[in-house]
Amino acid sequence: MYTAILFLPLIGALIAGLGRNQLKPRQAEIITTSLLIITAILSWIAFFEVGFSGHTDRINLLTWVQSGDLDVSWAIRVDTLTVIMFVVVNTVSALVHLYSIGYMSHDPDRQRFFAYLSLFTFAMLMLVTSNNLMQLFFGWEGVGLASYLLIGFWYKKASATDAAIKAFVVNRVGDFGFALGIFAIFALLGTIEFDQIAARVGELEAMSLSFLWIEADALSIICILLFIGAMGKSAQFLLHTWLPDAMEGPTPVSALIHAATMVTAGVFLVARMNFLFESSETALVFITFIGAITAFFAASVGLVQNDIKRVIAYSTCSQLGYMFVALGVGAYSVAVFHLFTHAFFKALLFLGAGSVIHAVSNEQDMRYMGGLRKVIPKTYVMMMIGTLAITGLGIPLTHTGLAGFVSKDAIIEATYASSTSVSEMAFFMLVLGAFMTSFYSWRLIFLTFHGKPRASHEVMDHAHESPNVMLIPLYILGFGALFAGYLGYTYFVGGTNYAAYFDGFWNSALPAYADTPILAALKKVPTWVKISPFVMMLAGFLLAYYMYIMRPHLPAKIAEEQEGIYKFLLNKWYFDELYNFLFVKPAFWLGKFLWKRGDEKTIDGFGPNGFAKAVSRSADFMSKIQSGFLYHYAFAMLIGVALLATWFMTSS
Amino acid sequence: MNNIPHVLSFLIFIPLCVALVISLGTWDKDEAARNNLRYITLLTTVVLCVISVLFLWLPFDKGTTDYQFVENIEWLGGGINYHVGVDGISILFIVLTTALMPFAIWGSAAITDRVKHYMIAFLVLESMMIGVFSSLDLVLFYLFFEGSLIPMFLIIGIWGGKNRVYASYKFFLYTLLGSVLMLVAMMAMYIDAGTTSIPDLAQNHYFGTDMQTWLWIAFFASFAVKMPMWPVHTWLPDAHVQAPTAGSVILAGILLKMGGYGFLRFSLPMFPEASAEFAPIVYGLSIIAIIYTSLVALVQEDIKKLVAYSSVAHMGFVTLGIFTATKQGVEGAIFQMISHGIISGALFLCIGVLYDRMHTREISAYQGLVNRMPTFAIIFMIFTMANVGLPGTSGFVGEFLTLMGAFKANTWVATLATTSVVLSAAYALWLYRRVVFGTIIHDNLTNILDCNKREIAIFVPLIILTILFGVYPAPILDTISASVDGLLTNYQAALSTAQAPVLK
Repeated sequence: MYTAILFLPLIGALIAGLGRNQLKPRQAEIITTSLLIITAILSWIAFFEVGFSGHTDRINLLTWVQSGDLDVSWAIRVDTLTVIMFVVVNTVSALVHLYSIGYMSHDPDRQRFFAYLSLFTFAMLMLVTSNNLMQLFFGWEGVGLASYLLIGFWYKKASATDAAIKAFVVNRVGDFGFALGIFAIFALLGTIEFDQIAARVGELEAMSLSFLWIEADALSIICILLFIGAMGKSAQFLLHTWLPDAMEGPTPVSALIHAATMVTAGVFLVARMNFLFESSETALVFITFIGAITAFFAASVGLVQNDIKRVIAYSTCSQLGYMFVALGVGAYSVAVFHLFTHAFFKALLFLGAGSVIHAVSNEQDMRYMGGLRKVIPKTYVMMMIGTLAITGLGIPLTHTGLAGFVSKDAIIEATYASSTSVSEMAFFMLVLGAFMTSFYSWRLIFLTFHGKPRASHEVMDHAHESPNVMLIPLYILGFGALFAGYLGYTYFVGGTNYAAYFDGFWNSALPAYADTPILAALKKVPTWVKISPFVMMLAGFLLAYYMYIMRPHLPAKIAEEQEGIYKFLLNKWYFDELYNFLFVKPAFWLGKFLWKRGDEKTIDGFGPNGFAKAVSRSADFMSKIQSGFLYHYAFAMLIGVALLATWFMTSS
Repeated sequence: MNNIPHVLSFLIFIPLCVALVISLGTWDKDEAARNNLRYITLLTTVVLCVISVLFLWLPFDKGTTDYQFVENIEWLGGGINYHVGVDGISILFIVLTTALMPFAIWGSAAITDRVKHYMIAFLVLESMMIGVFSSLDLVLFYLFFEGSLIPMFLIIGIWGGKNRVYASYKFFLYTLLGSVLMLVAMMAMYIDAGTTSIPDLAQNHYFGTDMQTWLWIAFFASFAVKMPMWPVHTWLPDAHVQAPTAGSVILAGILLKMGGYGFLRFSLPMFPEASAEFAPIVYGLSIIAIIYTSLVALVQEDIKKLVAYSSVAHMGFVTLGIFTATKQGVEGAIFQMISHGIISGALFLCIGVLYDRMHTREISAYQGLVNRMPTFAIIFMIFTMANVGLPGTSGFVGEFLTLMGAFKANTWVATLATTSVVLSAAYALWLYRRVVFGTIIHDNLTNILDCNKREIAIFVPLIILTILFGVYPAPILDTISASVDGLLTNYQAALSTAQAPVLK
């Protein structure tokens, strides 16, 4: 069954991709989508089998690379972490496939689109099922490829192809670190298989590694290198710049890849390698720090964006920051919990946004929306559910609430309960982040659905609710956004009385409840800590309500008065400009310099061209050389060979 | 059926004989005759490929480090023998040679000028290349090594582009420099050891430390030009740009690998101390090659030149891997050479597809090809991704193994070399975006045709090989494993005996 889960999407991708000329778009859609639905159903079966019956598995498929002590196989590792990812990836992927049938219905190139979607799903599954770092890297780069292809799906748009390259290259900056981390583990342990690494963490702890100019404990270096990979894939601060641009791709892609699944691969990596990170405080502090900054930074940029998809993209970036903070403070299961719930409500928000965009003739700028509540009421309700879920509506001091309420608040509590050097700072950033999350989420709702319509009459006349094939996925995700948190709490966060459930569920895919003191500690935080995210959520809502419903002219005025800050946020802290200046321009300049000055002027100048000049001191010789001494050279070579043979014969 | 006696000699001399037969006929009188000639040559190369796989690779015993299929016949006297044989290191280069030749010939449909001489040149070239990889005697090796230059030189000089003579002049000058030094070194070795047998020199003779240094440098000069390594690489971009498509395929696919093969066959086993001593310099040059040429590739305006520069960068991994003298490094380097032979060959064939249609390789002359050539776009994407070392393609395995070996040797080296994952993605995707994506803006591209059946048939096997070896590299790794072990064991043993007196 696990093999089927893994390969059905690949089969779909191959059929739709290779048969794109033979199949009609509709056939390709049906084949890939049905295969994905089957996969999703199997995934849920696997989820219950592994999560609640304690089944785990390692299936070796094929030897991959064998060289000396390096012995890597294609393998399927099935444990609770895997099946959680199965459920997330395949559920969202199946729904996105379904949704795309409606969303992409006007696109002539759907075979290719569905092939890419399925290919992505396969790569993501290879990533989550891997039993060693190399296969994980395969999936890791594979999803990067699929992401590249899908961002650039509309290849005629220069902005889309630019964004695609940016996504791939920035991700590769992360992969650069990731790869070095893998090399380091291999150099020290001679293995890159998870179980074997886990068994030998003790050895690693005792080792030190001199990496570049740094001489430090091996674990910290390895963990930070691996985490750099995670930063790239999960668009964390400094390597985040590709994610907003990735919104150039079709919206279902954004929902699947750039919200629910691929970008959470970094979180998955750290959770999977928890046995390593657990032993390196330096790395954990670093992760907490980067996560907190990302959560704060991305939310701040999200406050002022006008493109509906970019708001959600920054929101994703910010929420990933929350997950990393949870990992950093050692609350792995809580991070995975947020990954799980976030997949539902964020996919819901993206697909909802897609439904909005679909309704208003592909407009994405919220300044030209407004008042859509009555035109597309079903989408509106679903977007409301998504917003309530992300902002964290629930009953304070209980764990009864929508998805985000339960998982996000648990992260904030865990952060407060932790005691590293950056805990306090991270806590405040996350709480402030919660305020901003609420503000930008409600701002999105108000600008899009409330107020007077700002779109042209023509657009408003055509505005229509999406077909069922697009709405059904929204309903299913809406269901998840409502209940995933409530239902999952016991298993993901546990509790003193639920330790057995927790351990039974995770079944040593993550450290046991008793070995994760942060889980018990997060329950004991002061009440003000527990209600602070809720208060922030309300405050954000009220402020957004005030600014966009009661005083709709206020935002423009504030933007004008605080132009500096506004511009700073609107331009995303000027990261693109900075990177352009620091890396892109110099690389091209240096390339040109090395080519013209290095190769042509220096090497050729002193080398072959200089030689020709020196021999003849005239340009005449050069032109002679270039005009037909061909056979002479060939002859000279032959002479050399003949001379050698003669010499050997006579000297013997 | 299992064995053909003298299979290596067959492989070496069949192409020569066919070339001789062809030279007796007249083929250039009409198109039908030219086509017959093309088919005869193609058939010959295919047969050789089949022979080398069925009767060389399959029966090859992977468990031993001994040379196999050995033929040793007295030849010039004085111990200079016609001595051929293969081990795990050389056998795959022979298979690669015979495997790439049919593609090169098949991809030469656009050649209509002096087809007879063209085919003869390629057949002679094939003989020479197979000879290089099977020689077990210094003189024989040198003959084939130099001999392979001549046909390639003529291929560029006669069937090349506008600046072909300048390119062949450069090619000649560089390789001459290297060869002369190697020639002198070989004479010195003969005087010192009294034998020209490669296995004897590698296993039974010890060159003094100083002598090793000089010999190493002399051989290095020749192989570094061949690879090519920075800073003696500038002949390659010119040669590629001027060479006809098939010339580029063979140049990048096989000829460059002679350098890497030379390091493995001579430098490491015969001059171990010098190799260890010079390893840091090789690392430095390799890293410069990787970073420098990747940056230069980024700004190229000619598609072929870009791919040529990318070849130099990839060969940087090979030299790096070999001199780490680790199992992963050396195996990665060999794998990288085989894989690069397939991938770069395919990339040059891709460029050939465009050149045959538009007669230009200027990047700015293209854009939006995907609109007219979706199949080509897919093929080119696959090889672009293989070129940037995407896991699942053969490009990944070699690069990753090499870097793993490098990390063991030196973290600085590994880190700097790993920057290539970013740089290669940048130049390769930037090229792809400019040529394939976007809308068609040049009028002359509005009627460009997608790949025809012949072209697709060329690419499909290459795609299959690229992915097969990416997913299941065992056929290659298993073949080379024992010989690489043997090479490294001897190398380490030689180093420790060399150090022993110091320790006392």
